[in-house]
Amino acid sequence: MRRGISFRLTVLVLACSSLIFCIILGYNYIISRGIIVRMAEEKGDYLASNTGQRLAEVFSSVSTVVDDMAQSLENGALTEERVRRMGGQVLRNHPEIFGTAIGFEAYRFDPYRKYFAPYHYRMNGGVVSTILGGDGYQYFYMDWYQLPRELGESIWTEPYFDEGGGGALITTYSAPFYREENGQRRLVGVVTADISLGWLQDLVSGIDVCDTGYGFLLSRYGAYISHPDSDLIMNETIFSRAEELGLPDLRELGRRMRKGDKGFVELAGFQGLESVFVYYLPLPMQHWSFGLVFPKAELFADVSRLSSVMSGMGIAGIGVLAGLILLLSRTITRPLRLLTTAAREIASGNLDLQLPEVSSRDEVGELAGSFQTMRTSLKSYIADLTETTAAKERIESELSIAREIQMGILPKLFPAFPERSEFDIFASIEPAREVGGDLYDFFFVDDNHFCFLVGDVSGKGVPAALFMAVTKTLLKVVAETGLEPGEVLAKVNDDLAEENDSCMFVTLFLAVLDVRNGEVRYANAGHNPPLYVQAAGAVEWVPSACEPMAGAMEGMTYSTGTMHFSPGDRLFIYTDGVTEAMNRDSDLYTEERLLEDIAAHPQASAAEIIREVDAGIKTFTAGAEQSDDITMLAMTYLGTTSAK
Amino acid sequence: MAQKSVRLVLQWYPQTQFAGFYVAREKGFYIRQGIDLNILSGGADISPSNVLKQGKADFGTMFLSTALEAHYSGVDLVNVGQIVRESALMLVARKDSGIRTIQDLSGKRVGMWGPEFQLQPLALFKQEGIIVDVVRQSPSFELFMRGGLDAVSAMWYNEYHTLVSYGLNPDEMVTFRFSDMGQNLPEDGIYCLASTYREDPELARSLVKATVQGWEYAFAHPDEALDIVLDVMKKNNVRANRAHQRWMLNRMRDIIRPGDRENVSTDLSGETYEAVVRNMLDSGFIRSAPEYERFFQGGAR
Repeated sequence: MRRGISFRLTVLVLACSSLIFCIILGYNYIISRGIIVRMAEEKGDYLASNTGQRLAEVFSSVSTVVDDMAQSLENGALTEERVRRMGGQVLRNHPEIFGTAIGFEAYRFDPYRKYFAPYHYRMNGGVVSTILGGDGYQYFYMDWYQLPRELGESIWTEPYFDEGGGGALITTYSAPFYREENGQRRLVGVVTADISLGWLQDLVSGIDVCDTGYGFLLSRYGAYISHPDSDLIMNETIFSRAEELGLPDLRELGRRMRKGDKGFVELAGFQGLESVFVYYLPLPMQHWSFGLVFPKAELFADVSRLSSVMSGMGIAGIGVLAGLILLLSRTITRPLRLLTTAAREIASGNLDLQLPEVSSRDEVGELAGSFQTMRTSLKSYIADLTETTAAKERIESELSIAREIQMGILPKLFPAFPERSEFDIFASIEPAREVGGDLYDFFFVDDNHFCFLVGDVSGKGVPAALFMAVTKTLLKVVAETGLEPGEVLAKVNDDLAEENDSCMFVTLFLAVLDVRNGEVRYANAGHNPPLYVQAAGAVEWVPSACEPMAGAMEGMTYSTGTMHFSPGDRLFIYTDGVTEAMNRDSDLYTEERLLEDIAAHPQASAAEIIREVDAGIKTFTAGAEQSDDITMLAMTYLGTTSAK
Repeated sequence: MAQKSVRLVLQWYPQTQFAGFYVAREKGFYIRQGIDLNILSGGADISPSNVLKQGKADFGTMFLSTALEAHYSGVDLVNVGQIVRESALMLVARKDSGIRTIQDLSGKRVGMWGPEFQLQPLALFKQEGIIVDVVRQSPSFELFMRGGLDAVSAMWYNEYHTLVSYGLNPDEMVTFRFSDMGQNLPEDGIYCLASTYREDPELARSLVKATVQGWEYAFAHPDEALDIVLDVMKKNNVRANRAHQRWMLNRMRDIIRPGDRENVSTDLSGETYEAVVRNMLDSGFIRSAPEYERFFQGGAR
């Protein structure tokens, strides 16, 4: 099927509208995604700051209590009763505290006791107390004691599972306390408070993130404090999990979270195959980090649904558009197709065909109108052309008749004078396609004088033909008066020049043979010099006096030359149609070739010479079109003796 | 075969460091030797030599140096099989602390555990002629992580990986392996009181043989071994994660079968023994040591 206008139009419009639609869809998707990501960030920010605030409230109240305890332990007497009572009081006043210990440096509280650390904690709704320390529990090397001791500041420990207290996840705040001794500030011990993190885990696990998303909390070393998978809590760090799952990206996320960065990242291959987004931000007080996991598919479910609905609508819309365009373009192209068929019919010559009716006033309507006009014009043009052609044919036939008449006035019968044995004469004229003005003639002036001539009228066409006819008639009339050839030419010249408004002229070579003695008297009016061929074979140009062409100007004189022919001598006269015959390369036949062709046949008769030269010209031109009349005349003097 | 009930005390909490024992028990290798083995977990405050001395266990695992020290302090121990051939003890510093060589530790705070872990570092510092500020380190690495220590002691198979799983990248740490620095002390071995050994030498040999089988099985089937050990850890309420235990199993293979040896050997050569004794005598940890022939009753003999 050829790809017509309606096809191209449909394809172009559909391609453009599909492209525009895709751009809109893509833009919509990207922007919606951006909005959702921003909303997720906002949600994360809100949840994290909320969680952080709750943490801060609880943690700062606990740290204040412990700092107060440390401060009070730096003053007053350190009696066992006071130290043992303190923990119980604190627990009663502060329900958020799970347990509290006051640990002393070795032998510091009592020179006989290496370990002394009263510990109060909650159990079954009440408060119980114990003394920590011993070879089985060297608390000096426990984080809760060693860290504040070595770092010289209060600290929160990494969360840990309490072995005694029912396996709750707890973290401990520890503050060192000092006393002046011998002018030096020396560490006396460490006071601590434990808080359970159960409420925090509940808080974080209570966060709803889509259907399957969740929140998680990492400690300062990347350990899971809260995570939906309770096996992970304080067993795994985000780094060990990254190693186990083979996810270097997760390790990188962990490092960023540990550093206290904030951000939103996409993790591929997390939790099976699906991608998740993780929003994370720090809880600076504890150097913890809070993370929210959004399953990608769920997070973008709405956008994906919107996009697929939009895609469906778009595809349907483009389908409808395609139908409409097809329909519209068909109504445009239908008259065009009808016109095409009609144009073919007209081209095959049926100008009377009724063109299809196109009523629309658009470009197609105009085109149909133009077709109608064209058909009418063509019809009248063809009618005119037929008339003109007929006229031309008539003229051509008249011209051809004129030509026949022109040729008819030249003697065509050979041998021309069979009763005369003194000479032999032969002439030929080969007319070019256009009517030309070459002429030849021969006749007896009296019994002994034989006149022969060749001429060439300038120009072509009917004027040349008429001029030629006039010249031939004049020549015959004048020559028969018996004048010398020069005088004949002068007389003819004067007659022709008279009232020759069109300034035509003619070249002429006229000769008179005295048949008794072979004397040839001749005159030349601007004609090509003829060739004199002696019976012995020598060939020479007949000398010319270089006198002007006849008919152009009155009062010209022409000289008469004389030659003496021996029996067998020949004279060859021709027009410039011979020497200027052209081949396809526009090379001329030339006098040199003519000379060679004639010299090659020294014994030829008049008719033979003309046939040989004609053959030579034909060989040379090799079928190229003839542009001028080719006229040749040959005369052989045979002498008187043979006749007698 | 009548099963003999035997108690074995380990020097630390259940973990893959003892995979051979747990796997051998799980796979029935001890049963096949006629031993009904009861494995007692160790811990921070449990000394296997004391447990043996008090008769609360028949066999125990210890570092060679720990055993020699216990022997010197009056516990008549014999080694019935040396399992770990290389020292896994190392020192770790943060690269950003500027520490590059052992010499850079001069005057720095270096964390160390109890005495049996101090022998090699102290000998090394003496050898290098530097003095460091020794700080007893807690089982956690909080003090180091919070910048309270410049370097810490770590076992290659354990705490080194803990630091990695705290988010430190290996290229952020500088490590010094004692085995690379002329302080290569063979570690875990199986011990019992000389009296226990005299009573039933065959029992000790059977126990060691089954343990070797356990290790070989564990190295050949690491995933199964990890399942077994993780199960034990869970039952004992010990924090466990698979990545860490896998690392540990791989490193145990490196120090039990160094250089990819095919078999697990329990031999302790006389030269190695004498070198360790000399080292300990030189650094003053002990003043006398038993004869090699009397002390070592395992392996090739």
